[in-house]
Amino acid sequence: MTLPFIPKVVTANALLAGDVVYLTADDRWSRQLGDAELIEDEAHAQMRLLHGAAQRNVVVGVYLADARRGPHGPEPVHFRETFRTRGPSNYPHGKQAEPRHV
Amino acid sequence: MYSYSDFDRDFVRTRVAQFADQVQRRIDGALTEDEFRPLRLMNGLYLQLHAYMLRIAIPYGTINPRQMRQLALIADTWDKGYGHFTTRQNIQFNWPKLPDVPAILAALAEVEMHAIQTSGNTIRNVTADHFAGAAADEIEDPRPVAELLRQWSTDHPEFQFLPRKFKFAVTGSPHDRAVTHAHDVGLRMVRNAAGEPGYEVSVGGGLGRTPMIGAVVRAFLPKADLLPYVEAVLSVYNTLGRRDNKYKARIKITLHETGKIELTRLIEARFAELRPLFGGADQALLAEIEAAFAPPPFRDAPTDGFDAFYKADPVFRSWADTNLAAHRNPQYAIVTISLKAHGATPGDATSAQMRLIADLAESYGHSEIRISHEQNVILPHVHRADLPALHAALATLGLATANIGLISDIIACPGMDYCALATARSIPVAQEIALRFQELKLEHEIGPLKIKISGCINACGHHHVGHIGILGLDRAGVENYQITLGGDGTETTVIGERAGPGFAYDEIVPAIERLIAAYLGLRSSADETFLATYRRLGLAPFKAALYPAEGARDAA
Repeated sequence: MTLPFIPKVVTANALLAGDVVYLTADDRWSRQLGDAELIEDEAHAQMRLLHGAAQRNVVVGVYLADARRGPHGPEPVHFRETFRTRGPSNYPHGKQAEPRHV
Repeated sequence: MYSYSDFDRDFVRTRVAQFADQVQRRIDGALTEDEFRPLRLMNGLYLQLHAYMLRIAIPYGTINPRQMRQLALIADTWDKGYGHFTTRQNIQFNWPKLPDVPAILAALAEVEMHAIQTSGNTIRNVTADHFAGAAADEIEDPRPVAELLRQWSTDHPEFQFLPRKFKFAVTGSPHDRAVTHAHDVGLRMVRNAAGEPGYEVSVGGGLGRTPMIGAVVRAFLPKADLLPYVEAVLSVYNTLGRRDNKYKARIKITLHETGKIELTRLIEARFAELRPLFGGADQALLAEIEAAFAPPPFRDAPTDGFDAFYKADPVFRSWADTNLAAHRNPQYAIVTISLKAHGATPGDATSAQMRLIADLAESYGHSEIRISHEQNVILPHVHRADLPALHAALATLGLATANIGLISDIIACPGMDYCALATARSIPVAQEIALRFQELKLEHEIGPLKIKISGCINACGHHHVGHIGILGLDRAGVENYQITLGGDGTETTVIGERAGPGFAYDEIVPAIERLIAAYLGLRSSADETFLATYRRLGLAPFKAALYPAEGARDAA
């Protein structure tokens, strides 16, 4: 029996600023997970990963992260990805310090 | 302290120029990330969870006020107004942007600092006793030898591609404040039967996934033999180290697989070959370096002002009792400035705090500053008469916390708040433990206690040698914290014992609280420390306190 495919988003760090970015369905890199394309098909996920990884002068360390559908777009599954959506817990730095565009 | 020679200055500036060019080529697309990554790592630039991180060496923890102010300037100009001092006497900036890094490195070069060999499979920043040159129990200041090792190891062509990273620690005191036995090479100054100073050399210590205490391969090494001897150690390791398996590549595994007797034989054989090649230039250089570390001109003045203030002011008294250490000049004290205010991030200093520390070092400390592996700042030479004024000035920016060596003086790695390797957070656990015991007002009652927290198995937070060690792991997608007990990082090094199953994030602080309550009930007197009580009674009573439900089940 094969396990059901856990939906994915393509994520990476931006080359210049180093911050966390997500690949959108219209081929942009967004700084917000909610904008990301939620990929529910494994073969499509691999294609999108290759597409993201090919942009070697824009992003670094491209990978597929587990995600689930939420009311405002994809949401993280693992706590590491939750931290990546907001920033560190000891200071209001990183994404949590910026105005959200929901 | 040591000042750069023309050679050092040219070398660092050339490296900055090279790296500036490499960064530009990466941005232009001429270099791929695979090509660029080793280049940036050679210059201390990591890519972490939320941003780049620049790790800057503070050689053997010694830094001067001008350098400290430059770090403050860097924090304000290119980062978020603070820096993080680490367990390897480095400082890390958590938010630099790639295009700015060459400018940061150029600013560092202006004050004789750099980030070279703070990453990669090379010899890393040589760490030393943070009380070096001041401690009452010191045989000799270990920093000249640490500086010699720094010069020898920087860009050493034979040791740029070692099987794995390689860490030296040096202490000049019999009391080991530098955790030397948990380093790849630990050098501890001792005297031989004739009273001459030399080094006890231990090899193959290390924490991380396979914690091991270093094996003493030479009980007494004459000072003059130091460089050829450590070159022999590195040479043997470079040949035998397991390049096939990253997890078996440290010299501790070489020691384990080769055996102490055979490894010692190989080192001695290589040493016999290398020793004649060292014709004395290293010793001439060491003599020059030693002159640069001459002690400051100590002031001879009465200390009555200190004594009167100590009697009169309980806040000052509390600080003096915990944050001062014995100086070899009885009119002086070694001051530890706590970067562990309750609820603050261990090891972090704001730019304003850095500038204040620089000013105070100039006013009261002969312009000397040290960074400790315990993530605090040391003013090694303060005349006792100046301590009340120093304390009052420190208090203006939250730097007068009286908690050195106590439960809230916690080592914590950056953990999953910053680090890409981390499996769980460390910082908030440290913050919450410190706040909880402040709330309970038990800190001074508990007495000397070292809690050390790592957010992954690599053990940057030294959890194995904490009296209480906490290791954060990812257990099935949830943060989980394992406790080890009875560790010791001093000359009586012990790797702590795992207490049992881990605790969830919201269970770890209550678990520590149960542990401490048990200790307070078990100790023979208020003078018996946590560690001494643990050594006397062993794991069982502490385990019972950590896992009360299991005890109830067993009894049922």
